[in-house]
Amino acid sequence: MASIQINRLGKMYTGDVKAVSEINLTIKDGEFIVLVGPSGCGKSTLLRMIAGLESITEGDLFIGERRVNDLEPSERDIAMVFQNYALYPHMTVYNNLGYGLKNRGFSKDEIKTRVDAIAKMLEITPFLERKPKALSGGQRQRVAMGRALVREPKVFLLDEPLSNLDAKLRVQMRLEIKQLQKRLKTTSLYVTHDQLEAMTLADRLVVLNQGRIEQVGSPMDVYNRPDTLFVAQFIGSPSMNLIPITEFQQSDNQHLLSQLPATTDILGIRPDQLLLSRPKEDALCLDCQVGLFEPAGAESHLYVKTPLGQDLTLRVDIDPQVHENPRLSVYIPLTKVHPFNQSSQRRTDIQ
Amino acid sequence: MVENNSWSRFMTHCILILGVALVVFPVYLAVIASTHEAGTFLSGTLPLLPGSQGLENYKQVLFEGRSRAGTPPLHTMLWNSFVMAMTITIGKLLVSLLSAFAIVYFRFPFRMFFFWVIFLTLMLPVEVRIVPTFQVVADLGMLNSFAGLSIPLIASATATFLFRQFFMTIPEEMLEAARVDGAGPLKFFKDILLPLSITNIAALFVIMFIYGWNQYLWPLLITTDPEYYTIVMGIQRMVTGADAEPLWHLVMATVVLAALPPILVILFMQRLFVKGLTETEK
Repeated sequence: MASIQINRLGKMYTGDVKAVSEINLTIKDGEFIVLVGPSGCGKSTLLRMIAGLESITEGDLFIGERRVNDLEPSERDIAMVFQNYALYPHMTVYNNLGYGLKNRGFSKDEIKTRVDAIAKMLEITPFLERKPKALSGGQRQRVAMGRALVREPKVFLLDEPLSNLDAKLRVQMRLEIKQLQKRLKTTSLYVTHDQLEAMTLADRLVVLNQGRIEQVGSPMDVYNRPDTLFVAQFIGSPSMNLIPITEFQQSDNQHLLSQLPATTDILGIRPDQLLLSRPKEDALCLDCQVGLFEPAGAESHLYVKTPLGQDLTLRVDIDPQVHENPRLSVYIPLTKVHPFNQSSQRRTDIQ
Repeated sequence: MVENNSWSRFMTHCILILGVALVVFPVYLAVIASTHEAGTFLSGTLPLLPGSQGLENYKQVLFEGRSRAGTPPLHTMLWNSFVMAMTITIGKLLVSLLSAFAIVYFRFPFRMFFFWVIFLTLMLPVEVRIVPTFQVVADLGMLNSFAGLSIPLIASATATFLFRQFFMTIPEEMLEAARVDGAGPLKFFKDILLPLSITNIAALFVIMFIYGWNQYLWPLLITTDPEYYTIVMGIQRMVTGADAEPLWHLVMATVVLAALPPILVILFMQRLFVKGLTETEK
């Protein structure tokens, strides 16, 4: 168990390609951090740099008190779960779990005690003598987790560990990983591109884009107050509506807009906070053209077009029955608006 | 799928049986011939049924040899061939496994250059480089020795290439997982790569053993001492060695005995690689 200190970490590939740059992050002991971002944002690279599988070209990395920049993965006291599990196909589950311990010179008895304990915890005891190919996807996933946990590492690294599972199993394993982490209190870093996984698992979320950190915060903070336009669009599904301020030319909107910070030129609003009827509070109003209605049970979506041709998504509970009337008014409560500036890409109401 | 009617089935079987007969008939003749007396062949017709001299013939070639023709007893030659074939096979496997391991998993300067140099030697069989190789072996004083018989044939581009291709199909995460698990390069090689390559090793073992066993030109060149004759070249000595009429019944017995070890290797190794095929998975 240990904290992690990351100072100005960067990774430069040959040919001046910067995969990761200027990463500053302090991870507390026992914290569950999720790195999330679109593919190619450098989240896996960052994780692999922490693991020691990629070399660090700039900055410092501390695990506990130790600077580990130049240490081999095995010397960093970390364990990793890979996306495709990377179990050793020719070894039984027992040997897969025990291999790392054997290499570290543990005695046979000690290996057996530890492996048995982990197997019991992950409920894979019946499979200990099987080879990985005789296991189902979910069981392999558990073995991969077990192989990482059995060493009782200081830091637990997971690289999209659930992406090879089917949807139902993914939800179940997600829950188990969360419970396991809460129980063991091992500092964990988890990489995913799935924002639902990210939101549900994380103590703190690190949103990455193009090799840089966009925002760090608890999942609800990040959701409720995205710092940048990128985070606003990336977190939340369906993603946040972004409306240029030029859409609000109607005179009754003007006095409301003046309440926003002066540099604001884009307004963000979540689909579930757009309203079809005028609320009591102050709300901007747009006269929109009705597009498609997508019924999906509890969460149906209505697509509309603003006067200047911008597409908006609304979350509605019931079919609004407006097919015959192609125009309707959409209300945007002012308190729910996220104000952004296009050129700085940042939120304008940060103190 | 071809339609499965009785006529086409009949034809397929005919063709297959014909093919098998073509291959097996000469072998059958050799076995039959090795059981007859010397005189049978001089009459001009080959009998198709076994004769009565089988045991005597084999006993003679195995233990007495033909001192007149200057060939040692067969068991010496069989042993020589076996030692040579095994040294070549094991040497080739070791060298090519290690060089493929180096080429795939280590980043060193001119890595690709070396790979292509190795690959280029594929185009140069022993026969092409035989004169310079002979010179080198002679200068090193390795004529008439097992070292001289086997070492020049050990380098193998084919096996290196095959292992390289196989290693490249092993997911990179396997190496990374091993690194996280605290396995250094040699441990990774021993604990992960070798067990995963078992089927390839078995297949190459068979091919390389037969290659080594069937070497003819090279042993013919570098051995002058009958102590180091191998069986394949020994057969040739038996046929042309003496002034007298070749003793075909003994030659045939030698041929049969020379063909046995490769067959045994195939039978034995096949079990191993079928086992390997069913039990491992990439």
